[in-house]
Amino acid sequence: MSDASFDVVIVGAGIVGAACADEFARRGMSVAVVDREFVGGGATAAGMGHIVVMDDSEAQFALTKYSQQLWQALRRELPSDIEYEQCGTIWVAADEEEMSEVRRKHDYYSARGVPTEVLDAQSLKRIEPNLREGMAGGLLVSEDAVLYPPCAARFLMERAEKRGAELRLGAAVVQIGQGCVALSDGSEVRGGIIVNAAGADADALTPGIGIKKRKGHLVITDRYPGFLRHQLVELGYLKSAHAVTSDSVAFNVQPRQTGQILIGSSRQYGAEHKEVDYALLTRMLQRAREYMPGLGPISAVRTWTGFRAATPDKLPLLGPWPPDPSIFLATGHEGLGITSSLGTARILADQITGSKAEISIEPYLPSRAAKEHAHA
Amino acid sequence: MPSHVTVMVNGLAVSVPSGATVAVAMVMAGQACRTSVTGEPRGPLCGMGVCFECRVAINGVPHCRSCQIVCETGMDVRTDG
Amino acid sequence: MDKISSQRFEILIVGAGPAGISAAIRAAEGGARVGTVDDNRAPGGQIWRADYGGTRAPDAARWTNLLETAPITKLCGTRVFHQPEPGVLLAEGSDILYELHYRALVIATGARERFHPFPGWTLPNVMGAGGLQAMVKSGLPVRGKRVVVAGSGPLLLAVAAYLRQHGAEIPIICEQASWRSMAKFGVALLSDPGKIAQGLKLKRELIGIPFAANSWPVAAHGRQALESVTISRAGKSTTIPCDYLACGFHLVPNAELAMLLGCEVNGGYVKVDEFQRTSAESIFCAGEPTGIGGVELSLIEGQIAGLAATGRIAEAKALFGKRRRARRFAEILDRTFRLRPQLARLPSAETVVCRCEDVTYSRLQAHASWRGAKLHTRCGMGPCQGRVCGPAAEFLFNWKPDSVRPPVFPARVENLAALYTHQETERNAVSRGKQ
Repeated sequence: MSDASFDVVIVGAGIVGAACADEFARRGMSVAVVDREFVGGGATAAGMGHIVVMDDSEAQFALTKYSQQLWQALRRELPSDIEYEQCGTIWVAADEEEMSEVRRKHDYYSARGVPTEVLDAQSLKRIEPNLREGMAGGLLVSEDAVLYPPCAARFLMERAEKRGAELRLGAAVVQIGQGCVALSDGSEVRGGIIVNAAGADADALTPGIGIKKRKGHLVITDRYPGFLRHQLVELGYLKSAHAVTSDSVAFNVQPRQTGQILIGSSRQYGAEHKEVDYALLTRMLQRAREYMPGLGPISAVRTWTGFRAATPDKLPLLGPWPPDPSIFLATGHEGLGITSSLGTARILADQITGSKAEISIEPYLPSRAAKEHAHA
Repeated sequence: MPSHVTVMVNGLAVSVPSGATVAVAMVMAGQACRTSVTGEPRGPLCGMGVCFECRVAINGVPHCRSCQIVCETGMDVRTDG
Repeated sequence: MDKISSQRFEILIVGAGPAGISAAIRAAEGGARVGTVDDNRAPGGQIWRADYGGTRAPDAARWTNLLETAPITKLCGTRVFHQPEPGVLLAEGSDILYELHYRALVIATGARERFHPFPGWTLPNVMGAGGLQAMVKSGLPVRGKRVVVAGSGPLLLAVAAYLRQHGAEIPIICEQASWRSMAKFGVALLSDPGKIAQGLKLKRELIGIPFAANSWPVAAHGRQALESVTISRAGKSTTIPCDYLACGFHLVPNAELAMLLGCEVNGGYVKVDEFQRTSAESIFCAGEPTGIGGVELSLIEGQIAGLAATGRIAEAKALFGKRRRARRFAEILDRTFRLRPQLARLPSAETVVCRCEDVTYSRLQAHASWRGAKLHTRCGMGPCQGRVCGPAAEFLFNWKPDSVRPPVFPARVENLAALYTHQETERNAVSRGKQ
């Protein structure tokens, strides 16, 4: 397809690229997707795979809620290997100070139509008996879900292909711009619009967009069905809420549909290598054990790392890149790429087709990064 | 040392030569060590602790490699998974 | 919470089979502080595994007795799962975590059987050839049982002889290699008097057991467990009722730990120099991980590693000639018992390849790489970490194996979470809640 020309060429076959391909093809565009490896092999494969509504900012809330609704609408069509499970998230409060955050969060979500339930110590103990004694309570966000991301990306890509999208794997993208994607095998793919959905590598293809790699570690266990029932996340980060630059760990565990337990999480800037950082892994697991002592004797079968695409304001970059308006960005989702992939695809398609988006797109426009780029 | 020990395999008493592994008890009892993730019965394969096919639950602890564990009198062994 | 034990060794040996035992004994002779660590309940490895009554073959007994009486720390039932920094291994025992500090390390992790998927191979009572032998050594009675022995490699004959000694009836031994390559193997053995003697002894023990070359299992049958096996023999299929199928296709090296430690690997085998040194600083490797060569080569390589690791260069060099001859045998083994390409057609679409995650052959066919197949099907992602299906997938699809990450063997969360002494214990404040 070296001479072929498409309406849109998408760089990156992760879940964001796949969702975009599916949505663009649905709206009648001719689409090509290029990736150096295979569908869902990058951050998509490395992530936990949650479909969560988050409230760090109004804009983050709007995009995650919109996206979660799109996942719910898609749910019946998802094949079983995607393992979509609406297990809900419980934000765990270790003490009374964190309980006040539970109540704040409850008010915030309720006011915006997201069902939540405040759990006192007894109800938390009853539904998650493996949490340590003495937790103050928590907030159950019942519509949050988990899924298996590589298969979700493949489902979206296969549906895009059925709608006419072309998928080209095995050659890395070396350069993009002026309606052209140059590949490592010497060929080119041309498109009216190039979508940079290369995740943490997006910055290398479009310099200046301000994406930083944020490394994460995960551990998965053998199967222990029933050990936990909800995704559990600590609220403890409130006590050191600004750790944006230093390495950090937090308690975050998920029950997978397989009965496996996925244990996170860690965040590191400036770590370029994929190798497991054992000291950090140790800290992460110690944190998990502080919350769930019963994890101790459980058998861990694998660990891995991945790179999130992080932006300074923790919002993704969705839309045209002012220095080269033929380039649209769809990256910077950090830890929310699986959730936000469907909303991202809608927002980009709306921008490309000139339709009105269902949520306000202003906060995600890359022009904000371009301003910083110009000032730098 | 007695020549045999008795363990419970899925609720039934099984007598095995003393020193025998739990995997041996499962095979002698004609019981699957584990039920696979799609529901198939499985038994020991490698005999040396590498393949994890002989996983059983012993005294309530799941995923024990039965080929590496010697039977002890009164052990409660159950098909895993 | 687990107990933690920190131990320091000049020479630490991972694996207490022939290579590990001989390395340990030679290293300890000079007074060095030596330790061995092994997953099995007793030293000896697979080949020298004692009968549950405690008896061993005479050469095995000689070496294992030496090990028992030597001033060597022997950790059994203990699995190495990570090296958090050079010079320290972490290992998990049944209720204890070990930090094992070493100046020099000898990796003697041996080999495992190569398993090859065919319809029915997941039925209970289909076991490895070495697998069934290990079970019998662990107390499984086979008197009066019918056992078909199949697959490839000299282990089949040894296992058949062993099972028969223990009262089993062996209706046939099926060897996938051709008569032609077997004949070449036989001729090669004739140049080695020791091997002739071994061969003759084995031959006596095998009298009356039909041996078929060009023969392999095509399907195992049964409802809840094995009832019969269909074999292909000279192009014809025969179904044989049996109680057990002992089936292994020669051996594959246990190179995972060496790979985790950064040792260079070539074609699945750990690369070593003439002193058994790997490409990684202060790490030696001996025995099957450097090439499948059997007990004799393992004993020589282990001794060389043990001697070289303690600076006894001249004595190590004196064994080079013996090693050269033993390695020729290893090369012949490798050529003779290589899987024939047509075995790649044995699995049907529905045959399970990955037994941990029940991934079928047809699901794997849709993928272009091992990593892609793993991520999309979970093949190789279960607790065996691909030790069974990895070599099978490599043969079936020509996929290259993935990198190795800690833990190199499943480990308890509390042990992965444990700090080792040299690590900073200060923990920064935690942050952010999300992924």
